[in-house]
This record gives sequence, C-alpha cells and structure tokens, in this order.
Amino acid sequence: MSPLLLFSPDAAPFFSRTIKGMLYYSAAIRRLCDHGGTFVKEQLNEIFERCDGAPSDLIPILQDIQDVLGYLPREAMTETARFLNMAETSVYGVATFYTQFQLSRPGRHRIKVCHGTACHVRGASEITKAVAAKLGIGPGETTDDFEFTVEAVACFGSCALAPVMVVNDKVYGNVTPERVVEILEDLN
Amino acid sequence: MNFEDIRKRALQEWQEFQDPGKARILIGTGTCGRAAGADQVLEVIQKTIVEQDIEATVSETGCIGLCYAEPLVELQKPNGPRVLYGNLTEESIGPLLTDFFSGDDLNTSMALATTSAVSADDIPPLNELPMLKPQVRVVLKNCGVIDPENIDHYIASGGYAGLDKALQMEPEQIIAEVKASGLRGRGGAGFSTGTKWEFCRRAESDIKYMICNADEGDPGAFMDRSVIESDPHAVLEGLIIAAIAIGAEQGYIYVRAEYPLAIQRLETAMEQARQNDLLGDHILGSDLNFHLQIKKGAGAFVCGEETALLASIEGTRGMPRSRPPFPAQSGLYGKPTNINNVETLANVPVILREGSDQFSAQGTEKSRGTKTFALAGKVTRTGLVEVPLGISVRDIVFGIGGGIPGGKEFKAVQTGGPSGGCIPAELLDTPVDYEKLAEAGAIMGSGGLVVMDEDTCMVEIARYFVNFTQEESCGKCVPCRLGTHQMLQILQDITSGGGSLDDIALLEEIGHSVRLGSLCGLGQTAPNPVLTTIRYFRDEYEAHINDSTCPAGTCERLLSYSILPDNCVGCGACIRACPVEAITGEKKEPHLLGQALCIKCGACFDVCKFDAVLRE
Ligand SMILES: Cc1cc2nc3c(=O)[nH]c(=O)nc-3n(C[C@H](O)[C@H](O)[C@H](O)COP(=O)(O)O)c2cc1C
Ligand code: FES
Repeated sequence: MSPLLLFSPDAAPFFSRTIKGMLYYSAAIRRLCDHGGTFVKEQLNEIFERCDGAPSDLIPILQDIQDVLGYLPREAMTETARFLNMAETSVYGVATFYTQFQLSRPGRHRIKVCHGTACHVRGASEITKAVAAKLGIGPGETTDDFEFTVEAVACFGSCALAPVMVVNDKVYGNVTPERVVEILEDLN
Repeated sequence: MNFEDIRKRALQEWQEFQDPGKARILIGTGTCGRAAGADQVLEVIQKTIVEQDIEATVSETGCIGLCYAEPLVELQKPNGPRVLYGNLTEESIGPLLTDFFSGDDLNTSMALATTSAVSADDIPPLNELPMLKPQVRVVLKNCGVIDPENIDHYIASGGYAGLDKALQMEPEQIIAEVKASGLRGRGGAGFSTGTKWEFCRRAESDIKYMICNADEGDPGAFMDRSVIESDPHAVLEGLIIAAIAIGAEQGYIYVRAEYPLAIQRLETAMEQARQNDLLGDHILGSDLNFHLQIKKGAGAFVCGEETALLASIEGTRGMPRSRPPFPAQSGLYGKPTNINNVETLANVPVILREGSDQFSAQGTEKSRGTKTFALAGKVTRTGLVEVPLGISVRDIVFGIGGGIPGGKEFKAVQTGGPSGGCIPAELLDTPVDYEKLAEAGAIMGSGGLVVMDEDTCMVEIARYFVNFTQEESCGKCVPCRLGTHQMLQILQDITSGGGSLDDIALLEEIGHSVRLGSLCGLGQTAPNPVLTTIRYFRDEYEAHINDSTCPAGTCERLLSYSILPDNCVGCGACIRACPVEAITGEKKEPHLLGQALCIKCGACFDVCKFDAVLRE
C-alpha cells in the first residue's frame, strides 16, 4: 500500500481506529500509571483476564476496578469500554446509574451513615450532624486531605440496631453522637 | 454420591456437634451480631479459653432473631444446662466464662433463656420467651441453631431431603405440590408461586433461567439477609428445586452489594453443594444439571423490580420495561425466566419434604403459611420474627416486640417500606394477610415493619419516603419521574411551614395519577406512604399548614427557639455556634435570641450545656 493511500477516505476509519486510537490509548495509560503512584494497567489487565468480555461483564468489572482503586477514574472506564468493545458512553451510563460507583477519588476512610427507614426514625440525622461537626463535611463530600469521605446510604440490613454507621466496612450499631466522636477519633 | 450416604454422614456430624457431654460455646456472628460487637466478644472468648484452660469448642452461628439482645452467646456445660446470654460485652464475657465453666455460677441475672432439656433454675426455656412464644418458625427454623457454613448441619436437620424427593417426581408434580400449598411470593406482589412456575414450565425454549431475587431494597428490612446468612442452603435447595420444576439449567442469585457476609456465606454454601453433587452436572446422579452464579447488585432500589433486575444482570442500566411480555415468556436474554424472592424459595424445601398440607395448615384462607418480618424502629424488642399469616399487627408490635420503649405512645407502623403504607393505632387489630393489609392502604411488602411513636412526624415520614423514591426513580417514565418530584416539593413546603390547604388535595391528585400512570411497581406504589398518611393523619398535615406547628416536634423549620434567662449563664457557646449571628449578649449575662434572624438550625440548642435554649 502506498503511504499516500493512508490518507484516502477509505483509510479514514482504519486510521482513526489505529493511530489516533493508539495515541489516545497510550495517553490514557500514562495518566493511569500516574494514578496514586501505582502501576494500574496491570491491575486492570488482571481484572479483564478474569472475564470473557461479554457485555454482562461490565458491572462486575467496574465493581472490581472500584475495589482495587477505590473509585472509577475516567481512564479506567475508557479502558473498560475498549476491552468490552462498547461505546464509552455506555460504560459511563452504567457507572452513573448505580449509586455504588464513585467517579471521584474518595478519602482513606469511608464513613457511611445509614439513612434507611429504621435508622431515620431512630435519629440518623443526629449521626450525620455529629459526623459533620467532627469532620466538617456532609454526605457526598471528601475532606481536602483525602482522609475522610462521608456518604449517606439506605440500609445495611442491621436495622434492629439502628442507628447504624459503617466505617471502612466495619458495622457499628446503636451509635450515638458521642460514639461517633469516639469512633472517628480511634481511626487516627 | 448417594443421598442416603450423605445423610448418614451428616447425622453423625450433627450428633457430635449436639453431644450434651461436651463443653461448647456458640456465638451469633451474623451482621447484626457483628454490628453489636460480636467480633470483639469472640476474640475475648478465644483468649479466655486458652488462658484458663477451658476445654470447649467454639462455633459461630447465624441470627436467632433476638437482635435487640445482640451479641448473643450460648454456653453448654458437659451434661449440664445450656444457657443463652445476651447483651454481652468485651468486659462481661470473660468473668461469665470463668463463672460458668470453672465456678458453678450460672449468672442467672444475665441469662436470657435455657436451650437444653436440662432445666436451670429461674431461667425460662427459650421458646417461652415473650418474643419467641407466639412465633411459628418454618423458614427461620435453622437460623441461629446450625452453623451456616456446615452443610452437614443443614442436611441433618432435614435439608436437601426435599430435593431428593423432587428428583423422584415429574416437574409437573412438583409444580402441583407447590400450587396446592398455596404459597404466594414473599417478594411483595404475592403472586401464586406454583402458577408462576407453571407459566415458565410451559414456555417452550432450549434455554431457561431461574433467578433468586436477593436485592432486598426496602430500607428497614433484613429478613432475606438474615435467612441467607443463617441458613444459605435452604435458599439454594429451593432454587435447585425451582430450576428442576421449570426446566432451567442456568441460574443467578442477585444479591445487593451492601450484604458482603451474605455473599460470602452463599459462595461457601454453593461450593459445598457442588462437592456433594447437589449442584452442577448430574445432581445426585440424575441427568439433571443446574449451574448457579452470584451477581452483585450495585446499589439501585429499582433493580429489585424483576425486569430491571434482568437488565442489570445483562450489564446495562437497570431500567424496568413494560410487561407483557412477562419474564416467564421473555426474560433474561429473551429466554423464559422465573424470578423468586429469597423467602419464597426458602419455603419450597419444606413444602416438598413435609407436604403441601403441612405448609397450608398455617395461615388464612388466601394467605397460607408463615411470614418473616423484620421488626425495627421504636419498638422494645427489635429483631427477626416469623408468624403464621393472619396474626394481628398488635400481636406483633406489642406481643412479640414488647411495645414502645420509654413509655411513649404508639403512633403507626409502616409495612412494605417506600411502596407500603402506615397502619395507625385504630387499625392495630388488622390481621396480617395480603388482602387485609391492602384494604388498609398498606401492603404486605417483603416484610419490613418499622414502628413509629409519638415523636415521629407523619408528614416528615411521607417526605422521607417520597425523597427516597424520587432519588431511586430510574427516570424512564414521566409520571414517576416528575410526579415524585412534585410530591416531594409540596411535602418539603409543608414540612418547612410553607404549605397551603390546597396542597393536600393536590398531593392526592398527583398521587392517584402517579399510581395509575407509572410504568413499574416503583412508581405505582410510590404514592402509598403519602396517601395513607393523609388518610390517617390528616390532622398532622393541617397543623403544619394552618398553625405552622409540628405536633411531633421534629420538623426543624417549624420549631421556635428562645433563651431562658433563668438558666442562661452567659457562657457564649450559643453565640459562637450560631451561623447567622442571631444571638447577642454580654459575657455572664443572659443572652438574647433575635427571632427575625433565626434560621432554626438548632445549633444553639445542641451546644447549650445548661438547658437554657427552649425549643418548642
Ligand atoms: C421497586 C420494586 C422493588 C422490588 N424489590 C424487591 C426486592 O428487593 N426483593 C424481592 O424479592 N422482590 C422485590 N420486588 C418484587 C419483584 O419485582 C418480584 O415481584 C419478586 O421478586 C418476585 O418473587 P416472588 O414471586 O417470589 O415474590 C420489587 C418490586 C418493585 C416494583
Ligand atoms: S435502616 Fe439502617 S440498617 Fe436498615
């Protein structure tokens, strides 16, 4: 093929898929490698290798990525779209539909306050207030030093011990504003 | 492997486990137990038995349902009594073990009940406890009794005998048996389980799917979590029988991501079932196969709706679609699919094993069997209960639950969560069955019962639920997307003192439209909490609107704050806390709160250490 042919209209899709795609790909990977100073691409490949690339793998893949990285960086979603051979918008659409997925970097400690019905009637808002008073942030926010993220969640299934708070996957039942302060102070 | 051989092995294992001649320590380590501190108690137990040379085996069990008394520990002395203790702490467990095993002190005051044939003075037997006496345990029979990670315990207590029986039957016979039992879906809608299976059986296709719905999205409900954590094999057995009945070889369990322990216990149970030829190819040597996979939800309430759940398994946004076609005709990947709730499936092994008559002996004419409920909120004994259908709401809240703590007045109980409604004091004698609850404007739902007392504002509760459904609405259909939004706006106005009397009629009008016009169950039921609170607590709505007061004293914007000069020492804490500088005053002089500036945030009330801020 003459080099000139590369610029013919027929070659356009080929061109965009390979060279432009590769440029974008490597930029994405470079940014990913910078993420948190760890080499993320290998981790992504490990996750991809575990599945066969069917569209139904999308949610499990995003869950695994979030398990490893703590959230879904844009580049990781791009990579997932490439791997599953689907549009990036489809991946983004799924990531934004489900509340489990975080699109921004969370803090080191994740504080989840239950706002399910049982916790609501037993004073969940007092708990959220106590957390806000201690950390200076409300639900959906992360402290500037990336130490804490606070979330409001609907029910952990421990309703009999309402109000409930979950800190880094440890469940605390019957919490009071005073207990909140103790629990948060113990984290440091 | 032959089922008889498996059973013999299991019985032997169970006998050893139950041997009254051995010292034993059992601890409930379900999510509830752990939330109450069971992990720390377990650590102390392990340390203590080593330090004090106590020769006892330590085992973990699931949840017996007395969640209010967690962490629970059961102690068995060789050839002595077996006693259940509650509300244990890291501090109290050590001395208790010493007294029990080394001394001869049962610590009667800390004991809840005895669980052995050997009686112990002054301690009541377990099934005589007011919380357990009215219960009939079918689905929860094994919960808190067996080790959920030991398949032999399940088999020894009758497990997988239903499957063994089903393997000798024609699929149509299995379906007929389930139909005859009168079992109705426990996931909310209450459709006849046998009939649903029949539809799927009759659908012609090379591939069919069987799915277990373990999404349990109703905030305030935890029955399905407890059953899976405490007796995962019961759900698996039901699932396998259902798959055989409809002719499915592939299945999924869709579990919510907030239930990590349930997921782990299911994985263990599935592995054990595979090793025992109960799951996989050639189940118990037959030519039937069933392959099962766990799918983790990702936090969307609407994915509990069956068509949304299917979309989620397929990997897309979990949006419902209109039915027909029903999943039984065209479900997962367009193939016939049957979806059942966890508790529905946990009932199936019992029906097969003991016969449909045994099952339908409990309950009422149209609502057969028993139902589990998660009792939570403002009630003394919170926990997991199972009662025959037809029992009154009063018997559950006051008999089993022990009424309202702190001498407060009962106001209402919410059944069915955001899709359900509230039942006020005057309807406490309503029997719990599908039809009677619907007549009262509530629904059976999946079994969440949240009790509310005089301190709960019913308008605020309606706002809370609509806020929930509005956030969880997938946005596909207009009535639900915009209707819930409008209802929320109006309720926010009312709870902050900006409502007008026309708003009540408007809420009812929008509510009826949303109910009629929405695509799926989420929208169709979203107005229920609003309509029932208007129906039973109209006076509370009117007080908010006409008098700008919240009778329960919870709507912050309707409260007023003032400073009591007699109590105020002039410390200045409220001045510093007030975000709008509404409080003035000199040090050591009583402060003054300017009503015009006050935004009613309550910050002064929270910081005052001298009870000098009056909130009314
Ligand atoms: C918004 C919405 C949420 C639902 N959530 C659940 C759920 O969490 N668990 C469940 O078993 N069924 C849920 N359902 C009911 C299911 O759509 C379905 O009817 C049920 O799983 C069928 O099982 P069953 O016949 O055994 O009850 C929900 C329905 C709607 C409309
Ligand atoms: S309502 Fe908070 S754990 Fe269920």
